[in-house]
Amino acid sequence: MIMGEQKPLEVILGMLTPYDKIVLAGCHGCVTVCRAGGAKEVEILASSLRLARESEGRPLEIKEVTLERQCDPEYLEAMRPYLEDYQAILSIACGAGIQFVAEKYPSTIVLPGLDTTFIGVTEKQGLWAERCQACGNCVLHLTGGICPVARCSKSLFNGPCGGTTTDGRCEVNKEIPCGWMMIIDRLRSLNQLENYRKNLPMKSWKTSRDGGPRRIVREDLME
Amino acid sequence: MILKAFEKGADGVMVVGCLEGDCHYLSGNLRARARVGRVAAVLDTIGMGGERVAMYNLSAGEGTKFALFATEMVDKIRALGPSPVNVVRRSRKKEISHDHG
Repeated sequence: MIMGEQKPLEVILGMLTPYDKIVLAGCHGCVTVCRAGGAKEVEILASSLRLARESEGRPLEIKEVTLERQCDPEYLEAMRPYLEDYQAILSIACGAGIQFVAEKYPSTIVLPGLDTTFIGVTEKQGLWAERCQACGNCVLHLTGGICPVARCSKSLFNGPCGGTTTDGRCEVNKEIPCGWMMIIDRLRSLNQLENYRKNLPMKSWKTSRDGGPRRIVREDLME
Repeated sequence: MILKAFEKGADGVMVVGCLEGDCHYLSGNLRARARVGRVAAVLDTIGMGGERVAMYNLSAGEGTKFALFATEMVDKIRALGPSPVNVVRRSRKKEISHDHG
């Protein structure tokens, strides 16, 4: 899922200084799961903002709403009926959702309440970690299901660097397990070490961000 | 829910859970304590004062202790005075009653 973290309250309050009536929009998608931008977070953030502004003597009226997804046009329609009555939308969806709201409502001011961080997994309640950099040309079938791009701090493609510690940690930070150590251990346990001996061809980053903003076109699904 | 209480005019909120290690919901009281800590941090950030919220642990049979904790909390909040939101609300009310004569 796409992970996000709420911006510091003081930063959000700073962005809201010019406004007295806003829509606070959450998303039932990824940011609900990572507990950053769902219905519950909308409630907590709205209360915090109202209390902060009322103590300053400048009350803030907030319309609270959580959309099914902010990255799909049909769900964004839910906000249209009342947008005229508000000065800005504070969205706590991921960056994609926030931009899609801005795109859909070009004359409305849209503010980000979240920082989008990475594509990751829930390792356990309250702990999320990065797993994918969405670079395209996936090689997970050759690397024991562990991504050298996302899990190796240097995104090396053919084995560990000299900075791996003897206990399999990364020189960038001892908290980080060496991605390549994990790959080799897993290949060994799967009896697939021959994959490690194959040289992976130089990665083409054309499928990553280097080719500009990416699109997927599925003509069979288009109307 | 705790923040809602402050919005509705509470000057302080005490959260009471069961004794640690003795919760019917296993770790529910520990999680509640962590969340109270998070609310306290929010209250600090927005200038309300994190000390206005506190977590206590009690068993169902400790009525006397509950009364002690409640008194302690009430004394603490009285000493702190009304929350900044309530100060603003009261001064507004006064202004309105002045305007009406």
